[in-house]
Amino acid sequence: MDPMLAEKPVDLAALSPVDLHHRVAQFLYHEARLQDTHAYDAWEQLWEDDAIYWVPANGHDTDPERQMSILYDSRSRIKVRVEQLKTGRRHTQTPRSELARLISNIEVAAVEGAEVSVRANVLIYEDNLRGETIWAARNDYRLRLVEGAFRLVRKKVGLVNNARPVFTLSFLV
Amino acid sequence: MVQTEAPSRVAELIEPTRVHSRLYYDRTIFDEEMRKIWHRTWVYIGHESEVPNPNDYVTKSIGPTPVLLVRDRQGEIRLLLNKCPHRGNQLCAYKQGNRATFTCPYHSWTFANTGELMGYALPDGYEGVSKAGVSLGKVARIGIYRGFVFGSMAEEGPTLMEHLGGAKAALDQLCDNSPTGEIELTAGFLQHRTKANWKFMLENETDGYHPGFVHSSIFQVTKSGIANLYGKDSTALTRDYGNGHTEFDLRPEWRRLDTPLKWFGTSEERLPEYTAAMKAAYGDERARQIMIDGSPHTMIFPNLFIAEIQIFVLQPVAVDETIQHVTAVQFKGAPDINRRLRQQTMGSVGPAGLLLADDTEMYERNHRGALIHDPEWLVLSRGLHRERTDENGFRVAHSTDEVPQRGIWRHYLSLMQE
Ligand code: FES
Ligand SMILES: [Fe+2]
Repeated sequence: MDPMLAEKPVDLAALSPVDLHHRVAQFLYHEARLQDTHAYDAWEQLWEDDAIYWVPANGHDTDPERQMSILYDSRSRIKVRVEQLKTGRRHTQTPRSELARLISNIEVAAVEGAEVSVRANVLIYEDNLRGETIWAARNDYRLRLVEGAFRLVRKKVGLVNNARPVFTLSFLV
Repeated sequence: MVQTEAPSRVAELIEPTRVHSRLYYDRTIFDEEMRKIWHRTWVYIGHESEVPNPNDYVTKSIGPTPVLLVRDRQGEIRLLLNKCPHRGNQLCAYKQGNRATFTCPYHSWTFANTGELMGYALPDGYEGVSKAGVSLGKVARIGIYRGFVFGSMAEEGPTLMEHLGGAKAALDQLCDNSPTGEIELTAGFLQHRTKANWKFMLENETDGYHPGFVHSSIFQVTKSGIANLYGKDSTALTRDYGNGHTEFDLRPEWRRLDTPLKWFGTSEERLPEYTAAMKAAYGDERARQIMIDGSPHTMIFPNLFIAEIQIFVLQPVAVDETIQHVTAVQFKGAPDINRRLRQQTMGSVGPAGLLLADDTEMYERNHRGALIHDPEWLVLSRGLHRERTDENGFRVAHSTDEVPQRGIWRHYLSLMQE
């Protein structure tokens, strides 16, 4: 367990805004590090069973149940995605992308029971065989506090240029 | 080997069983392809269902050139070039919408969605000048088959039906999988940017040799039996329809398994509405056969790939860059199958696709390989000894053989030599 996640709040509403913001930020940084370092198993375990992992295309208010998305994974497909990466034959990640991402503009949008909605901006630098790529996104998260630690219920990665052609996006975004 | 940039005749770069790497990276050849292929032959533009209502439009393309696919006020399909005839300004800056007229933002000339000029701004400056004959550029010929809209920039040439030839059967097979006989492309397109020459995609779409290797990771993880279709004992066929159209024909395998909807990894029980609609539309026997045979895997030259449940449109934008546009096929009047079609499509194709991201990785490596000059020639001889003709006279061979690739280059050469 990450030391920053070791403190265990029991009730989100009982936390001060500063404390809540701090804990949310620490969780997002933790997730970012797992993604940047290709820590596939640890990242997969962050997800709840009712998870939705969504990268829309052609705008930010599309209906993923009707329109194509770049990625629209249920919990079971998240697992397939990670298992594929772990085979060593996911060619687009063999060799793996070199990654560093910055997360900023973190806002707690709403608190509801054990869940908190969060907005954040992300800038990702990727280097791979093709070359260097910069990805920019406005993300929405829904986190759930389970046994004192945040878990991912919903993550929407809103690539700012998602209405235009984009390169292969095969690392964990 | 020293690279020579002196003009070379394409004919010297194509032999029956090998092609020269230069075909993929030479800018002058790319420009020649634009003139002799993309601006001349029939190119797939879009589908009628993308502009269902009068005055709908959507921006499509022929290679790097944007084309407005429009349904005019009268309901007729038009293909307009997005360039104001005054001083050449890009006319429409939006991907899609609904409008009866287009007004150029530069000096406000206004055009009907048939392309004709309706009026000048500050018309006193054009006293005595007729508006007649002033219009947006148009794709010279439009051909529509079962909702698929093709355009040819050439005033004359083979008809669309002559161009499609035997591959017309693939469009029929696809549409027959819909209980209404109609498909719709209404889910929006993913756009996958690829640093590779377009012909690597054209060749790979019906390459049955690679899936067992390139896609082994996902076959393993999903415990899919699909890998067997690309193995030594597969009865699936590669086919050359002529005119550059090629196919990976899985029907022999599905017929051997003799199970409706097996092709789509599902069953009649799991798609009861669809199954009932198919039986009502075609009768039990014919519906069963359609649902056993499934949807085709056919590459219609140069840019329309029917990948069973997806439609891919290849758009070359530079010698080393291609956009793969892709969406899920939707069967009109078949609600319970359409969600599954979209879900599978989103999982497998596009920039994050569990399949296509790996194909695309290969395209980009193909392209970087082409730039290395030794060896210069690439080999397309696989299965030459077991090529034969099918009952319709088309070349076929084993599922992993390079019949399609040889066929593509044969047609390519004929176009480039004219
Ligand atoms: S360029 Fe369009 S009106 Fe002048
Ligand atoms: Fe493939």
